[in-house]
Amino acid sequence: MLKLFSLKQKKQSAQEQTENKTSSNKTTAAELRLQKDISELDTGKTLSVYFPDKNNIVEFIVYCKPDEGIYKYGCFAFRFKIPPTYPHDPPKVKCETKVFHPNIDEEGNVCLNILREDWKPILSLNAILYGLQYLFLEPNPDDPLNKEAANLYRDNKAAFYAQVQRSMRESGAYYSR
Amino acid sequence: MSQGKDEGKLEDLYLITLRNGPFAHESFSPSEDLLNFLWNECKVLVVGAGGLGCELLKDLALSGFRNIEVIDLDVVDVTNLNRQFLFRQQDVGKPKAEVAAAFIAKRISGINIKGHHANIYDQPREFYKQFNLVVAGLDSIDARRWLNETLIDLVETNDDGTIDVSTVIPLIDGGTEGFRGQARVIIPKMSACFECNLDLFPPQISYPLCTIANTPRLPEHCIEYASVILWPQQQPFGAGTKVDGDNPEHVKWIFERAQERANQFHIQGVTYRLSQGVIKHIIPAVASTNAIVAASCANEAFKLATYIANPLNNYMLYNGESGVYTYAFETERREECPACGRAQPKKICVSPKWTLADLIEVLREDTELRVKSPSLTVSSRALYYSSPASLEQATKENLPQSLDCLLEEGCEIFLTDPALPLGRKLQIFFHKCSKKNK
Repeated sequence: MLKLFSLKQKKQSAQEQTENKTSSNKTTAAELRLQKDISELDTGKTLSVYFPDKNNIVEFIVYCKPDEGIYKYGCFAFRFKIPPTYPHDPPKVKCETKVFHPNIDEEGNVCLNILREDWKPILSLNAILYGLQYLFLEPNPDDPLNKEAANLYRDNKAAFYAQVQRSMRESGAYYSR
Repeated sequence: MSQGKDEGKLEDLYLITLRNGPFAHESFSPSEDLLNFLWNECKVLVVGAGGLGCELLKDLALSGFRNIEVIDLDVVDVTNLNRQFLFRQQDVGKPKAEVAAAFIAKRISGINIKGHHANIYDQPREFYKQFNLVVAGLDSIDARRWLNETLIDLVETNDDGTIDVSTVIPLIDGGTEGFRGQARVIIPKMSACFECNLDLFPPQISYPLCTIANTPRLPEHCIEYASVILWPQQQPFGAGTKVDGDNPEHVKWIFERAQERANQFHIQGVTYRLSQGVIKHIIPAVASTNAIVAASCANEAFKLATYIANPLNNYMLYNGESGVYTYAFETERREECPACGRAQPKKICVSPKWTLADLIEVLREDTELRVKSPSLTVSSRALYYSSPASLEQATKENLPQSLDCLLEEGCEIFLTDPALPLGRKLQIFFHKCSKKNK
């Protein structure tokens, strides 16, 4: 066991310091974790990731291009910001493409449980990517953020579908292929 | 102050250090050396001079520690005065660390105490190196993680791979949240560290966005609605201005909007104070919790310095919410902990003329690492990412570059790979004759 006083160590005083290297406030553990999560992003065919600065991976954009369902042929941009407290705190995610969706509002706020109340450090960025894709395949009208969209989705699927198409055309979310 | 009065204060210290006792650690031997060490040699750093910090400074100083430094970047706020008893009305606006140090110096004769009004992140390694013990009373997980990693980083190993115990600085970490608290003893590289069980920490309370937007039930929901949804929509203080919980106008705006919403949904209990609390994620501080947790921390510091009793092994939780409950248990070290894990940085010898692609090939062939598609960074700069595609594109220009253009001798590279449960640190050494084993 460690025995402090028996070590009789003379601690160097702060004045005697020679080397005066200031350290950064990022911890190795946090950086390694983010690097691992980023390099293992599972994008598949329907997602792509864009990094404005390869040396600053705490901010990036994920493009989500659903290949089936109501939002097929759309391309939706989500801006990810990774807080310094990641993975203790979840990434901040905003949708930058205007979309008519029960769980995404006009300002781009996204209602996805693991982005807020159900986030846990054992989850990774991939869990969020899967979550976002799932939102486009199965919108959830029971927990709406855009009430109008949710009601229409529940009451009149055809009208909802038409409204989605219109919103995708207006916002330029449609991508041709 | 008369000599006699001072002598009387020390009586208890003599009693417990000059006699053996049933609870003493097995390697404890009564001696005057113990108090001499405590008075003349043992240097303690107290991190944070807030609710816990004030208690800690008082407890440590009255327990016989005479060489204390305290660091805090904050200034005294009027709302601190109810529990941070080293501060007075006239200290509002002054640096906490300096005011606290001056107060202790005035009250306890013969003490050598220094306050640093500074950010812990800005201090060099050498600052931390001079202490025998670090006691932390912090409120942020971030700062604790950083401190934990810094102290782990200071531990040196002997040539035979064993730990050089003279470089080990124990960290005693106290924390409180309302009526709940914890104290823990972290002996870097020897017992579980902060990072080993980071997942023990409960996440910050947050509410589902859809509840806030559509079905509020609590006053907190209304306040979150105003600050998370209405604020970005209306930008009441100019585009891009973020909510500042210390700006009374901001809090007032949110409070009023929250109240309108509460009236609409017939919810009671939205107040200005609660609004500020929700915006700043304030958990009410309870003075008694601070006192109990700080006492436990100071007690551990004294035990570690003198060995009059076995130290806490290694986590004490306290809950005063309904009755008084406390329990101590041992948290275990995580073998592959990214901060204190037993894997040392792997030394890699390379020729400076190798290309980055050569290095990656050597890493792939390494039978210990067993990596398939490694990604490498050096001090937050991207060297090569094997995935995702856009980062691969952006970094593959480095592949044909020679290593002496990309790296410096002795630098640490972060390696991650799907095959490694966590990342691994590599240390690069240049060697002219290094050959690739093909």
